[in-house]
Amino acid sequence: MSDTMLLDAPAEGYVTADGRQIGPVVMDLKNITLRFGGVVAIKDISFDIRQGEIRAIIGPNGAGKSSMLNVISGFYVPQEGEVWFKGYRRGPMRPYQVARLGIARTFQNIALFDGMSVLDNIMTGRLNKTKSGFLSQALWWGPAEREEIANREQVEKIIDFLEIQNIRKTPVGRLPYGLKKRVELARALAAEPQILLLDEPMAGMNVEEKEDMSRFILDVNDEFGTTTVLIEHDMGVVMDLSDRVVVMDYGRKIGDGTPDEVRNNQEVIDAYLGVAHD
Amino acid sequence: MAQQAEPADAGLQSIPALLARNAERLGGRPAYREKEFGIWQSWSWAEAEKEIRALALGMLNLGLAPGDHVAVIGRNRPAHYWAMIAAQMCGAVPVPLYQDAVAEEMSYVLGHCGARFVICGDQEQVDKVLEVQEHAPGVEQIIYTDKRGMRKYDHSRMNALEDVQSEGRAAAQRLSAELDARIAALDYDSTCVMLYTSGTTGKPKGVVLSNRNIIETARNTSEFDKLTYRDEVLAYLPMAWVGDFIFSMGQATWTGFTVNCPESAATMMTDLREIGPTYFFAPPRVFEGQLTNVMIRMEDAGRFKRWLFRHYMKVANRVGPSLLDRKPVGLGGRLAYGLGKLFIYGPLKNTLGYSRIRVGYTAGEAIGPEIFDFYRSLGINLKQLYGQTEASVFITQQPDGGVRSDTVGVPSPGVELKIGDTGEVFYRSPGTFVEYYQNPESTASTKDPEGWVATGDAGFFDQETGQLRIIDRAKDVGKMADGTMFAPKFVENKLKFYPNILEAVVLGNGRDYCTAMINIDLSAVGNWAERNNIAYASYQELAGHPHVYAAIRSHVEEVNRSVAEDPMLSGCQIHRFLVLHKELDADDGELTRTRKVRRAVIAEKFSDLVTALYDGSDTVYTETEVTYEDGRKGKIKATLKLENAEVVPGDEQKVAAE
Repeated sequence: MSDTMLLDAPAEGYVTADGRQIGPVVMDLKNITLRFGGVVAIKDISFDIRQGEIRAIIGPNGAGKSSMLNVISGFYVPQEGEVWFKGYRRGPMRPYQVARLGIARTFQNIALFDGMSVLDNIMTGRLNKTKSGFLSQALWWGPAEREEIANREQVEKIIDFLEIQNIRKTPVGRLPYGLKKRVELARALAAEPQILLLDEPMAGMNVEEKEDMSRFILDVNDEFGTTTVLIEHDMGVVMDLSDRVVVMDYGRKIGDGTPDEVRNNQEVIDAYLGVAHD
Repeated sequence: MAQQAEPADAGLQSIPALLARNAERLGGRPAYREKEFGIWQSWSWAEAEKEIRALALGMLNLGLAPGDHVAVIGRNRPAHYWAMIAAQMCGAVPVPLYQDAVAEEMSYVLGHCGARFVICGDQEQVDKVLEVQEHAPGVEQIIYTDKRGMRKYDHSRMNALEDVQSEGRAAAQRLSAELDARIAALDYDSTCVMLYTSGTTGKPKGVVLSNRNIIETARNTSEFDKLTYRDEVLAYLPMAWVGDFIFSMGQATWTGFTVNCPESAATMMTDLREIGPTYFFAPPRVFEGQLTNVMIRMEDAGRFKRWLFRHYMKVANRVGPSLLDRKPVGLGGRLAYGLGKLFIYGPLKNTLGYSRIRVGYTAGEAIGPEIFDFYRSLGINLKQLYGQTEASVFITQQPDGGVRSDTVGVPSPGVELKIGDTGEVFYRSPGTFVEYYQNPESTASTKDPEGWVATGDAGFFDQETGQLRIIDRAKDVGKMADGTMFAPKFVENKLKFYPNILEAVVLGNGRDYCTAMINIDLSAVGNWAERNNIAYASYQELAGHPHVYAAIRSHVEEVNRSVAEDPMLSGCQIHRFLVLHKELDADDGELTRTRKVRRAVIAEKFSDLVTALYDGSDTVYTETEVTYEDGRKGKIKATLKLENAEVVPGDEQKVAAE
């Protein structure tokens, strides 16, 4: 493993070349090992995620990237190792607890409600910000009404931000693939996440859609300072977008650092060019 | 609150003065609306005046001087209209620019007008301005409306519009006297706006329009159509276009009606429905597109609905236009139309967003008579106007009750018209521009000392209605061998109204008779072929198919019959035609990028076809070079058929085909 300059960056954070503020470590993963029966998906991996950065996880198919993302989100609980989030060690959690912690994600295969409008889909992202009780919601009275208006305002800001005003009322099932991905991002943003997990946000997109999505990911990070962890296969996109990259292969971590450092790492090159494994 | 905005008196000689009057008399009425965050936000005249004044103070604070130019680049938003009025308040000249212009086009215009301040809609426009800064060294301050993505820019000479306003409010005590003095100094002769002509030939020219031009034109035309403060418009056409300036600034401040700005270009149709404007302008392609949409959706509807639609559209065609023109209609017709309104027209108009239209205009190019009649038969008062930037839009317009699809109307109030010896249309009006900015030669060659301006279009007065008819660009109008007038575009437009015909080129200048080269529309003809089990392997094969030729011939003959009805142009009937084996294409230089036919190029490139059209041969073999999209060149070989079309013999028609 190559220790790098950025891994030694001051604990309180630093400023990137393009002027973005990167803060202290917000999530620290220590010696994570994840097994499914006899299969070892993740083998003794450690890395950290800093406040406000765009952190990419790359690797060949089956390297364990999505499993890693699920560990970060708390969906999988690793058999060994520790997950530290904002200074506390995290135990097993239920999905709603994950959401309340401020972790939102998009999925490799789009997971939206096809029959619902774009607006309603994004509104579901506000669910954990809703505090009024069942009865007042059913009657849509008092606090429930006020809360819904506040939520709608937040959602409209996101709609404006992602430039999807024209499909606000369109059922998601009628949208093309690239737009569905954008709606999914919108729903994740509606939860006002502290960490945004993107599982292959560009998969299956054409060049123009990829450019749009890249711009939105950068804008989100720039505008809201959202910490972003993304898995992506398009190397051009990864190298352009991310501040730091973790490279995985066969469940191990084989590189970690800035895009340039990773690009020149012999082990990474071997993994991608396919050198025979012992 | 006043019932009606009152006519001009001596004090109302500028847009800021009109604004002040509106704030006082129509204070609570909505002046601007914009859909943002999914909700229509609105500003009353009183609120708008406060916003505009704050912006003007802010600009003053940044050092805007009288006579400076302020470029405005962005989509239709209240803030951008405010910026233009604020610039006028400071004694500066607003210069709205096309927001889709690429950086190099922008660089010429910014350099030419020497803009010191630039108002940018968003990051994209700011980037363009920064990119061309070395060609436009005069730019000192950039003010942007949308803050998104702007945080990392060097802000030493850049401000958000909101911040300029708050600084203006803070500086109110210090700068109010100065601002009031500058507003008071504005009169009828001060420049209201400078607009750049699109410049299809040569460099764009800056058309200087005075307060007199804009306000007189706005007053005359508002009275012509009885516009009041209760009207609503949707501002969605480019702000750099003179029409938008007249509608959303001139007429809006004159009458005090409401200007509605859509959320984004993509939501325009939804916003149109939500607002339901009472006064509406659109180029023909918007109406065409909507009609096509309606027709396609009706094809998918159930059988009963289709029947109902067809039946009542027939009724509408029969009595709709007469009802609209208040001509007598029988009781049966009225009753049937009433039912149609209940079942079809009402809901349809509502879907299109035209429920409340009182006055609608189309202009820019010829509109197909069927399209025009479709909207009129629904009870939508769609009319045509003819104008140009140099005239502050209005030269002629159609009065209520005098609407026809082939004329452009009577002279607008205050406009004098004359037809030159060559058939070219000249006008003189209160809206006639002051000058081309820093271009006295062009000014002198366009506007004569008496104030007559050449339009560059050939036309004549229709004997029946007394309305003006535009036939063609003056330079394209010629004479045939026997001296009758030759106006190719007049005939081409008639041909192009058939969905099967995409493009047509009519030849005949200096010849004995007219001929035509025709391009089929692959989507329409291909669709027709599919439905009729006609197999074809290529565009070329379909174009040469005998059935296609037969269909085109029937179109040509119908056009001939319609052309023959026109005594002046009956010589332009088409005697022979051919269907081209390739689509005319801008890549091959046959069309301009805006899809206008380049006659000289075509005459040269297809000279063998032209010869064949006039030497009586039945077929012609030709090879044509084409450019593929990747830039490679190839050749298309084809043997084309030439066919004769029946013509209607006119009174003095000497040549009859066969």
